[in-house]
Amino acid sequence: MADLKIRKLRKVFDGLEIIKGVDLDINDHEFVVFVGPSGCGKSTLLRLIAGLEEVTSGTISLDGRDITDVTPAKRDLAMVFQTYALYPHMSVRKNMSFALDLAGIDKSEVEAKVQDAARILELGHLLERKPKALSGGQRQRVAIGRAIVRNPKVFLFDEPLSNLDAALRVQMRLELARLHHDLNATMIYVTHDQVEAMTLADKVVVLNGGRIEQVGSPMALYHNPVNQFVAGFIGTPKMGFLDARVISTDPHSVTIELAAGTRLQLPISGARVSAGNKVTLGIRPEHIEVVKASESAFQVEMDVTEHLGSDTFCYVRTSSGETLTVRAPGDFTGEFGQRVGLALDLNHCHLFDESGLTIPKLNQRAA
Amino acid sequence: MMLTLKQTRQLRTFLLGLLAWAVGLVMFFPIFWMILTSFKTELAAFASPPELFFTPTLENYVEIQQRSGYFSFAWNSVVVSFGSTIIGMLIAVPAAYSMAFYESKRTKSTLLWMLSTKMLPPVGVLMPIYLLCKNTGLLDTRTALVIIYTLINLPIMVWMVYSFFKEIPKDILEAARLDGATPLQEISRVLLPISKGGLASTMLLSLILSWNEAFWSLNLTASKAAPLTALIASYSSPEGLFWAKLSAVSTLACAPILIIGWLSQKQLVRGLSFGAVK
Repeated sequence: MADLKIRKLRKVFDGLEIIKGVDLDINDHEFVVFVGPSGCGKSTLLRLIAGLEEVTSGTISLDGRDITDVTPAKRDLAMVFQTYALYPHMSVRKNMSFALDLAGIDKSEVEAKVQDAARILELGHLLERKPKALSGGQRQRVAIGRAIVRNPKVFLFDEPLSNLDAALRVQMRLELARLHHDLNATMIYVTHDQVEAMTLADKVVVLNGGRIEQVGSPMALYHNPVNQFVAGFIGTPKMGFLDARVISTDPHSVTIELAAGTRLQLPISGARVSAGNKVTLGIRPEHIEVVKASESAFQVEMDVTEHLGSDTFCYVRTSSGETLTVRAPGDFTGEFGQRVGLALDLNHCHLFDESGLTIPKLNQRAA
Repeated sequence: MMLTLKQTRQLRTFLLGLLAWAVGLVMFFPIFWMILTSFKTELAAFASPPELFFTPTLENYVEIQQRSGYFSFAWNSVVVSFGSTIIGMLIAVPAAYSMAFYESKRTKSTLLWMLSTKMLPPVGVLMPIYLLCKNTGLLDTRTALVIIYTLINLPIMVWMVYSFFKEIPKDILEAARLDGATPLQEISRVLLPISKGGLASTMLLSLILSWNEAFWSLNLTASKAAPLTALIASYSSPEGLFWAKLSAVSTLACAPILIIGWLSQKQLVRGLSFGAVK
């Protein structure tokens, strides 16, 4: 069992509030990812859970036991650091058995556990090596092995892949997902990379400025972000935003006029807005289609076009000077400066009020 | 004539090498001359112009051993320098640990303050320290020298150990903490093994500084606790100058530390460059 409950957690460093009251439940076997821009407090939150930082106020409990003031070693957690933090003077075997040796566990049992972890992580042939004789990916695996042998209630990962090169990062991401499945363990993972968050998480916690913006499954965050920050943070390329003004509302739709002059009628409840309100329209690149200029009232000018083979990302500029990204098929060709029309998928348009909060869609599922 | 790029580089390497040799020889010359003189007779040592070729003799060494007993002085030097180095390390390591890994707003100024004590001329505190030793019955004891050497070398030792600890990523100690290490285990099983190179060079420097210290040993010891520096001084004054014997006693005093320094020059260079060389 591993149920982690965080209540009203605050952390103040030298008068600066880094964590501003966080409430969060992490359930058994869940893979939870803390994601957010740098300085959002995600690493601090993880270190508070680990016990490496002292809590200013609030509580952390694990399976009903209050661990707020318990020393790190007694919390039944294991952590994998961004820098791996391997003991440079110890062999791989010693690195993995260190915690067990300290705990005074029987030698044969320690050996069995180390062998077990080495088998899972394919480190068997490296057990006698020192960390400096290992590659980045191997070091990362040793760091994970060090956590596995302890059989902790919760695994903590602090940006574990950010020191690896791009190809290795993808491979380790898959291995981590497989590991989570095999160990069926509770894992908390910190990253600034929303792709890692989307691909690994059962539950994503989006943090910003020391507060939780939204908690939910990757798909829930993608389709129904609660505010403009989450909408802009989740998804690549980023969601595009256009300034707009409400023209008229009724219970089943809102009609808006973009700064570029185009009018759109969106299937969004009119209860929260009224005519004349300033709003922001959000639309993801994959929900826009490039059409002939004559086929759409919403006309834009092509800017740079990026060909990725499978997709083409077109950057376009509206007549009001705003930019949008469009995801077009791989064989799309567009010319710099060419005038084209855009067709927006109205079911996938998000509308945000002046404070950045989402104006709810009629159909929340709206996938 | 124009030189090619390669020739310019070769010339520069050659000139730099020449300069390095020249500096090295200038620095080594006094030691060379001291060793040479120690094997001359007193008469030959005075000869002008100096003789480069002569029949070497061991008479100076024999006479020093008969007159003073080299080994009792050497033993005092060993006890005092090793004693102060060990006690100094026992204090410097925990001090540097807390300053490197639990830095507070005042850590930097504490370090500077410690170093500033080295800027005080020792003679300024000669009277108070002399009286303190006299009143506590520590005059002419090795204990007094151990205490004083520990204190005067401590700022440098803390600085050095601090700078070595600073190089160690905090993550490694945090990992040990999560692995269940107590603060003492954190130091003994992780921190010390990782920084053993740096600690060794710190100890070596402390040994050398203590071995060579002359001001306090001359002023606070007479015979019982006198180390080698005092032995050298005893040959310099009252009966006039005996160059050959003075050279012999100096050679004997320098020899142990020169040998230790020679054997550990790699460590020493790394230590003195304060971790700049990896």
